[in-house]
Amino acid sequence: MSMRQAMKPAHIARSLGKKRAGGVLILLVFMLFFYGPLLYMLPLAFANKYEYPAIAPTQYGFQWWKYVLDQPNVVEAIVNSFLFAFASTILALIICIPAAYVLARFKFKGRKFIMLLFLIGNAFPKIGMYTSIGIIYYRIGLMGTFLGVLLIHMLGTMMQMIWLPAGAFRSVPRHQEEAARDAGAGPIRTFFHVTLPIAWPGIAVAAMYAFIGSLGESVGTLMVGLPKYRTMMTEMYGVILDFPATAGAVFALIIVIPNIVLLMLMRNYIGGGALAKGFKMS
Amino acid sequence: MANAKLEIIDMTKLYNNGDGVKNINITVEKGELLTLLGPSGCGKTTILRAIGGFNDIQGGDIRIDGNSIIALPPEKRPTAMVFQSYNLWPHMTVYDNMEFGLKLRKVPKAERKARISEMLEMVKMPGVEKKYPGQMSGGQQQRIAIARSLLLRPEVLLLDEPFSALDAKIRQQMREELRKIQTDLNITVVFVTHDQEEAMALSDRVIVMNKGSIEQCGSPAEIYDRPVSRYVADFIGEMNFLQIKGKTLAVRPEYVKVAPGKGGDLDGYVRTVMMLGHYVEMTMDTDYGIVKTFISEDESRAYHKGDPVAMTFSKQFEY
Ligand SMILES: Nc1ncnc2c1ncn2[C@@H]1O[C@H](COP(=O)(O)OP(=O)(O)O)[C@@H](O)[C@H]1O
Ligand SMILES: [Mg+2]
Repeated sequence: MSMRQAMKPAHIARSLGKKRAGGVLILLVFMLFFYGPLLYMLPLAFANKYEYPAIAPTQYGFQWWKYVLDQPNVVEAIVNSFLFAFASTILALIICIPAAYVLARFKFKGRKFIMLLFLIGNAFPKIGMYTSIGIIYYRIGLMGTFLGVLLIHMLGTMMQMIWLPAGAFRSVPRHQEEAARDAGAGPIRTFFHVTLPIAWPGIAVAAMYAFIGSLGESVGTLMVGLPKYRTMMTEMYGVILDFPATAGAVFALIIVIPNIVLLMLMRNYIGGGALAKGFKMS
Repeated sequence: MANAKLEIIDMTKLYNNGDGVKNINITVEKGELLTLLGPSGCGKTTILRAIGGFNDIQGGDIRIDGNSIIALPPEKRPTAMVFQSYNLWPHMTVYDNMEFGLKLRKVPKAERKARISEMLEMVKMPGVEKKYPGQMSGGQQQRIAIARSLLLRPEVLLLDEPFSALDAKIRQQMREELRKIQTDLNITVVFVTHDQEEAMALSDRVIVMNKGSIEQCGSPAEIYDRPVSRYVADFIGEMNFLQIKGKTLAVRPEYVKVAPGKGGDLDGYVRTVMMLGHYVEMTMDTDYGIVKTFISEDESRAYHKGDPVAMTFSKQFEY
């Protein structure tokens, strides 16, 4: 069989089997649907000139990057975005990991209910929740404060930060913890040397979600933080309303890049296999 | 008792659902390998975990060298336990796994290194220090787990079906190696298994358990030759049971002597003749049930299905 013959689509379809070929097709359509808009952002962000009826930009360059970065509040917004993302992720880790461990390992009355509670928090329409939070914030003076915005960001990540780590803790074989106790480690040393490292992929994935979620948080920040605390997301609202789509694409890329870098870092740091394992909810 | 290493005195451990073990008394002497044997669910693990400190008990006492250990958490007990699986920490190399307990005991670095390589030599796995558990077979992982426990020089080593997840050939080999190491180091071991062959091959003494209590305790030979109950007789080795006039007569196949014809302790007819390698298994129909015996290939030529057989019993038990 010649190479060319082997490459014919009909051949591929036959060798894969009809079902498989159908599956591949569905995957392709899905990928296009999923990544199409993302890919479209690339030429858009680097377009200096892009006018109707041209299908692709007629001139490429960094014009809009310069424009966006020259905006008076943009650098501050970027700094703020990362500040809130780091702070809320770390704080959420500190609070949620012990809670997740307790929920995973100890049987007590109301355990299932508490787990469910974290789900229900996510089921409410966010905007309604923010309104009532806003009222409380006014009362206790959290409106327009760093802490106020931070709490809003953490609120959005609570569910993943409890459920994913709890699943990760539950999948640590008990014998591995008991073996550590047996070898002479107390409960705390056992947690830090055995339980936590073994559950780490699941926790890292949760932290990544939290970080990305915080970078993407907009409505709550708008309501609680403005005008004092601007983030990339709140700035983007203004940019999208006032300037061409090109500027929006630049902004979107600025937000996407750290997410991709984060994913890559995680992949290298904890390994693709472990990462995949961490994603599986249990 | 002067030599008692481990004493379990009238111990009771019941779970919330009422399962567990009751009034357990066990004494293990120094350097002895004692096996808890019984079917799944009879309470073997419950006892072992109580010794290791993973189950708190409701009554009785557990002593090592005469001192009660029941108030101590697992990390303070002079015991070391190996579980059926998931012993090793998957994120640590073999070396780190083995070093963990030594570090906690503040053993100097050079000594740690020397002891680890010596121990790896002993379990016939030198040079695997840098491997991760996931890179080794199940049998190799269990070796490392046992080595890791031995490194800590426990007063009592607790093994909970450590070989039961391995295939038959490796299991046999591990058994022999364990027995050799145990006698060489003269360590005290409590071994748990549901495999009577393993128990018989390995142990100084065997405790046969039944539904949360002890049925019989003795050397493998004692338990085989003098089972105290029908339960033990049934569980250990092969046994023919005959219901005769309200009594149960138990005879091991090797104590059934056969001759063609009639006029034995019991008469019957050949049912099956089966070649099993270097011996032949023959079963006979009798008025009281089926009887099994082992004969040589030569002898077996005299028997065909339906032939009358006269049996005499050189040894029998009654229950
Ligand atoms: N944590 C537990 N909670 C409730 N029941 C248990 C628990 N562990 C074991 N059991 C029950 O106690 C009995 C003895 O169990 P176990 O000691 O594990 O038996 P074995 O090791 O001989 O198979 C079984 O009926 C088992 O179902
Ligand atoms: Mg068991």
